[in-house]
Amino acid sequence: MPDGATPFVLDVKDLKTVFRTRGGEVHAVNNVSFTLKPGELLGVVGESGSGKSVTMMSLIRLLPMPPAEIRGGSVMFEGQDLARVPEDTMRAIRGARIGMVFQDPMTSLNPVFTVGYQITEPLRTHMGLNKAQAADRAVELLELVGIPDARRRLDDYPHQFSGGMRQRVMIAIALACDPKVLIADEPTTALDVTIQAQILELIKELRQKLGMAIVWITHDLGVIAGIADRVMVMYGGQVVEQAPVRELFANPQHPYTRMLLETVPHIRGERQQKLRVIQGQPPILSKAPESCPFRARCPQAFDRCARENPARHDVGPSHDAACFWDFKAGAPRNV
Amino acid sequence: MFDAKTAKKLVEVRDLKMHFPIRSGLLRRVTGAVKAVDGVSFDIFEGETLGLVGESGCGKSTCGRAVLRLYEPTSGSIKLDGEEIATAPFDKLRRLRPKMQMVFQDPQASLNPRMTVAGIIGEPLMEHTKLSEKERLDRIYQLMDAVGLNRDFANRYPHEFSGGQRQRIGIARALALNPKFIVCDEPIAALDVSIQAQVVNLLEELQDEFGLTYLFISHDLSMVRHIADRVAVMYLGKVVELGARDVLYDAPLHPYTEALLSAVPEPDPVSHDEANRIILQGDVPSPANPPQGCNFCTRCPKVMAICRQIDPEFREVKPGRFVACHLYNETRPETAGNAAQPTEA
Repeated sequence: MPDGATPFVLDVKDLKTVFRTRGGEVHAVNNVSFTLKPGELLGVVGESGSGKSVTMMSLIRLLPMPPAEIRGGSVMFEGQDLARVPEDTMRAIRGARIGMVFQDPMTSLNPVFTVGYQITEPLRTHMGLNKAQAADRAVELLELVGIPDARRRLDDYPHQFSGGMRQRVMIAIALACDPKVLIADEPTTALDVTIQAQILELIKELRQKLGMAIVWITHDLGVIAGIADRVMVMYGGQVVEQAPVRELFANPQHPYTRMLLETVPHIRGERQQKLRVIQGQPPILSKAPESCPFRARCPQAFDRCARENPARHDVGPSHDAACFWDFKAGAPRNV
Repeated sequence: MFDAKTAKKLVEVRDLKMHFPIRSGLLRRVTGAVKAVDGVSFDIFEGETLGLVGESGCGKSTCGRAVLRLYEPTSGSIKLDGEEIATAPFDKLRRLRPKMQMVFQDPQASLNPRMTVAGIIGEPLMEHTKLSEKERLDRIYQLMDAVGLNRDFANRYPHEFSGGQRQRIGIARALALNPKFIVCDEPIAALDVSIQAQVVNLLEELQDEFGLTYLFISHDLSMVRHIADRVAVMYLGKVVELGARDVLYDAPLHPYTEALLSAVPEPDPVSHDEANRIILQGDVPSPANPPQGCNFCTRCPKVMAICRQIDPEFREVKPGRFVACHLYNETRPETAGNAAQPTEA
């Protein structure tokens, strides 16, 4: 292993992020732990407010602080704890060793600079390339993400690109410094399905070519099913279930995951007469949860769920769930 | 269950065009047009849900708005219950408005933040009925019950509700005047997955209860498969295919429908490994400058020489099955006979 004893490129333990607002605290991320192996694609699924984006923004410290505050936990990356390194070190890592792609390519590209400038910027700051070298590398990158006539397009502005092409540019920028980890936050949500299919194909191709590890945040179970190796389901600021992708879809063990899979209609196969509904609303995270955050909407909930917040238990090989109910036994779990 | 054979046509749209002028220069002269909707025809039968699908910019929302004459259509005819809407004078149109309503995409933007829920739901009643205050309040409560909102919240403001509840307010407002026809323009696009199912189930229950007819506009093909009886697929301002839901999803005729359906990622990892996806190249052309011939010819995997010259006619190829594609021309023009082989794009 190039980076010491750990087999993981990223090892996050008990991460806690709190927003301090005028209306009180919001506990957006509660004791989130996960690992990422080299070359692995980890899918993170959850609804808005589940804490999936805030978790990833916390670990690269992209949240405005204040109001955000990382209240605990560690983020081990290349032998350093990102939760504790000075901001200078973080700057050298962000955008270079850890690349990022965001949801909306229109708002994340700067409209007044050319695409060429925006791709060469990280190359010049992080890798110390001169102008000509950086331009050559930028052309290479644009060709890599499938933008035709790349050299000529360096002088174009973001508005001269279509939505799908802009997202390709964003991916090219994220890949510019050869990152070890790529964090992609809903990168295809703003795109049409036929364009989304193009981007997903591109990511699969790039993974094979470049072998980086990817964290892919989405609310779309269909996208996750097609692209992830392993999936982490988040609810109410916590990880509620984690498993290899096939295992998760075939054998979900948390009631939230099970219900979520049943609420989405399918495009092929048998058509459901009635969609399953998860009644109620997601929780308001005004304090650190002392009980299960899904309790109020859960058909399996029993008295213990109101008293304790379940920890993640192993429920199968590399599969864990944070629930007191054992679906296989049809009874409370002995933990 | 809905049956197309016995049902009567509630909405008839013929050759509807909605062009927006492009003005440029100092004198703001009209120099072109964005052909957002460029000659679409379809019927909606009483009690059914017609799904209108397509990607962003294909003109599906414009079409839905033009059908209710929220825009002044450039040309074409729209009949609701036999009465012409496209050219109706203002007073007649106002008389027809209660029959046709709309549910908008963004419940945040479509509800007045300064009005209470009762005010919002009651506004159409004030405009179009002569109910007393007491009768109106009773009707508001009745509507709130129907969409599953707690009556105690009648005096609250929209910001106090979640996205799903706000959409319920929008639906209650649309129902207030007992409409026959409701255009639902991406009603669930702004909602979370677990809330989408709640709203879709509500729309289905209300349809059964009040005999409503829906035009359900969405880019979510899986959800349209769930809710619609028949489906129309739009591409660059035109309907390219229209048919009953099951046949359209099981065996699409138009190459665009085929590609669109194959691009939808299925929430099942096993099916992904087996899927033979059609990846369309390139982007949608601009509706201000559509290509010559078929609008889809620039991206079509099955493009032929004729497609680049002649715009295919939207015609019924099987009973109830409409498609605009030269692949289904039994009568090809003589001149294109030899050139009708697939060519490299």
